[in-house]
Amino acid sequence: MKKTMSVLTGALVATAVTAGAASAADTLETVKARGELICGVSTGLPGFSLPDEKGNWTGLDVDTCRGVAAAVLGDATKVKFIPLTAKERFTALQSGEIDMLSRNTTWTHTRDTSLGLNFAGVNFYDGQGFLVQKELGVKSATELDGASVCIQSGTTTELNLADYFKANNMSFSPVVYDTSDQTVQGFAAGRCDILTSDTSQLAALRSKLDNPDAAEILPEVISKEPLGPVVRQADDVWFNIVKWTLFAQLNAEELGVTSANADDMLKSENASIQRLLGTNGDLGEKLGLGSNWAYNAIKQVGNYGEMFERNVGPKTPLQIPRGANALWNKGGFMYAPPVR
Amino acid sequence: MSQNQSDITTKPKQSSSAFNDPRVRGAVFQVLLVGFLVWFGWTIFQNTLQNMESRGITTGFDFLSNPAGFEILMSLVPFDSSDTYGRTFIVGLLNTVLVSFVGIVLATILGFIMGVARLSQNWLIAKVATVYVETLRNIPLLLQIFFWYFAVLQPLPSPRKSLELAETFFVNNRGLYVPAPVFGDGFTAVVVTFFIGIIASVVMGKWAFKRFEATGQTFPTFYASIGLIIGLPLVVFAVLGAPLSWDLPALKGFNFRGGVQIIPEFIALLLALTTYTAAFIAEIVRSGIMAVPHGQTEAAESLGIKKSVTLRLIIIPQAMRVVIPPLTSQYLNLAKNSSLATAIGYPDIVSVFMGTTLNQTGQAVEIVAMTMAVYLTISLTLSVLMNWYNKSMALKER
Repeated sequence: MKKTMSVLTGALVATAVTAGAASAADTLETVKARGELICGVSTGLPGFSLPDEKGNWTGLDVDTCRGVAAAVLGDATKVKFIPLTAKERFTALQSGEIDMLSRNTTWTHTRDTSLGLNFAGVNFYDGQGFLVQKELGVKSATELDGASVCIQSGTTTELNLADYFKANNMSFSPVVYDTSDQTVQGFAAGRCDILTSDTSQLAALRSKLDNPDAAEILPEVISKEPLGPVVRQADDVWFNIVKWTLFAQLNAEELGVTSANADDMLKSENASIQRLLGTNGDLGEKLGLGSNWAYNAIKQVGNYGEMFERNVGPKTPLQIPRGANALWNKGGFMYAPPVR
Repeated sequence: MSQNQSDITTKPKQSSSAFNDPRVRGAVFQVLLVGFLVWFGWTIFQNTLQNMESRGITTGFDFLSNPAGFEILMSLVPFDSSDTYGRTFIVGLLNTVLVSFVGIVLATILGFIMGVARLSQNWLIAKVATVYVETLRNIPLLLQIFFWYFAVLQPLPSPRKSLELAETFFVNNRGLYVPAPVFGDGFTAVVVTFFIGIIASVVMGKWAFKRFEATGQTFPTFYASIGLIIGLPLVVFAVLGAPLSWDLPALKGFNFRGGVQIIPEFIALLLALTTYTAAFIAEIVRSGIMAVPHGQTEAAESLGIKKSVTLRLIIIPQAMRVVIPPLTSQYLNLAKNSSLATAIGYPDIVSVFMGTTLNQTGQAVEIVAMTMAVYLTISLTLSVLMNWYNKSMALKER
């Protein structure tokens, strides 16, 4: 009996110690060994992450993951997408269930500092807006006193809404659902007068209504919502890879490198393009990747402009103008540090 | 007895070591086991804390005093976005307790009616009860909640086209609006009389019972109690000049203002929990009544006792002994099932605290632990109450 006890105790102490040591994970090695990137996305948001009828995921957030997979593994298709609700997303990343989170997630102070997570950049600048039924005759958000508002649980929009109504001395009753589909359902059934979300989502959600023309988006944008990919804190190698893959795609747009001309650009005389595509210098090695990391991401997924036009741009059903998401030298906020 | 005692006391003397004493050995191993479990739990706790710290995740309960910054649809205590996360816990907790309590009361009433109805001699009543029980207890509760919410309540008209009753009660897809009472001066007196009425009824009941035991004379306790509990306060109310007015709901802007709004999420959840649990309670009641031997009814009949009195004084008290233990389980189920509220957005503790608050703070471990503690506390409290009631109803062996 005594012997069994001591063996048991020893085993438990051993597990406790190893569990403590395993906390500092090396995501890059894990992904390489697995041969697949596991990426957390939304449960279905047109333009950002949505599976088609064949189960292929498309969208801006999806392309952000594919870019990282191309840079790390050399193959943009080696991504496994895990759909997550707003409530589940941070826990999934903290617990190591996913390697990175790319799920239209707003970068805020609290999230960056208290969750043990790091935001690796911004792939879409958004803001919160309102969708109303036209028959109510509302022309501005300042006329919304006393309204019922459909809203998705666990989002920054829940907080902005309370702040906005308070600042304008108005009251409202929040009807909180778990998924954006439920909010549309509640809005369509008349449970609430307004639906609030990021403006990019409102266009997509409006298109899901039986009669989209009966609803309109109000002009007010009440918040800043910089959306971007998120990784675990204290894994700086992986943090740099995700951050610089996005920067590489932005720099590629700025330098005129696209998925179509990437092969030709390998012969370019431009020193910046040479460094970006790995024909000169060792920028890829400094990230712990191959020299053709950025080439792979651009060739297989495209530069940022291509990702934008393909998923959310004016030619897509969402018809979102480039606006704030244009490059810095074209009147937008998209600015990547230089490749050197 | 004395034989045993001497046996135990003499045993240690026979053996040389205390370790061979079964009582000492038993105690030693129990202490070891408890010590091991405490150590095990402590290690897990420390490990979690250490790992979360090394990953830069904030821990501790400080967040409870930070401002929440979001609004909640329904609250029994005053709440706005400048209140703390701790208060969102209270709001969610009270909403859970409210729907559980009202659900238990209604399910008990409906369940008893259906259980007795299923045993009715009337073919139609018995069949209706059978169909009710067999349908509702065989459909998953979540589907029933969705049914009430999406199929019954959401198709109701919009606020501007509300269904109304005498311009005081309104029903629309935002809920049920009823007048809110506004208490005037002196209404406290009416409330006090009401409680005096209840106390007087209890005293009178005891007196009537004693008199019945002594003399065999009956007393109309029921009607006298009604007079004391309802009649007396009404008289006081009239004498004081009716110190009560009503705040009527009225359409202003988007929604109704004034009155009391009962949100559709609450109604849907309550209806689903009540009708679902009542189906199980009906079966429990039926089994309880059938467990009372038919000889009891025959004996009562041969003594010339009326049918209604037989049911009330002979069948039900004996049936209750069989009914109470499984009934307790159903109450516990109802309280725990109320957590399905999150599916339709009723702001219970899971939806508000484990949903929004968890997301805004990111402190999953603390919040999930607190929420589990809430359900554990509710369930244990219910169990204690029901066990106490069970004991008072149990067969008293003399």
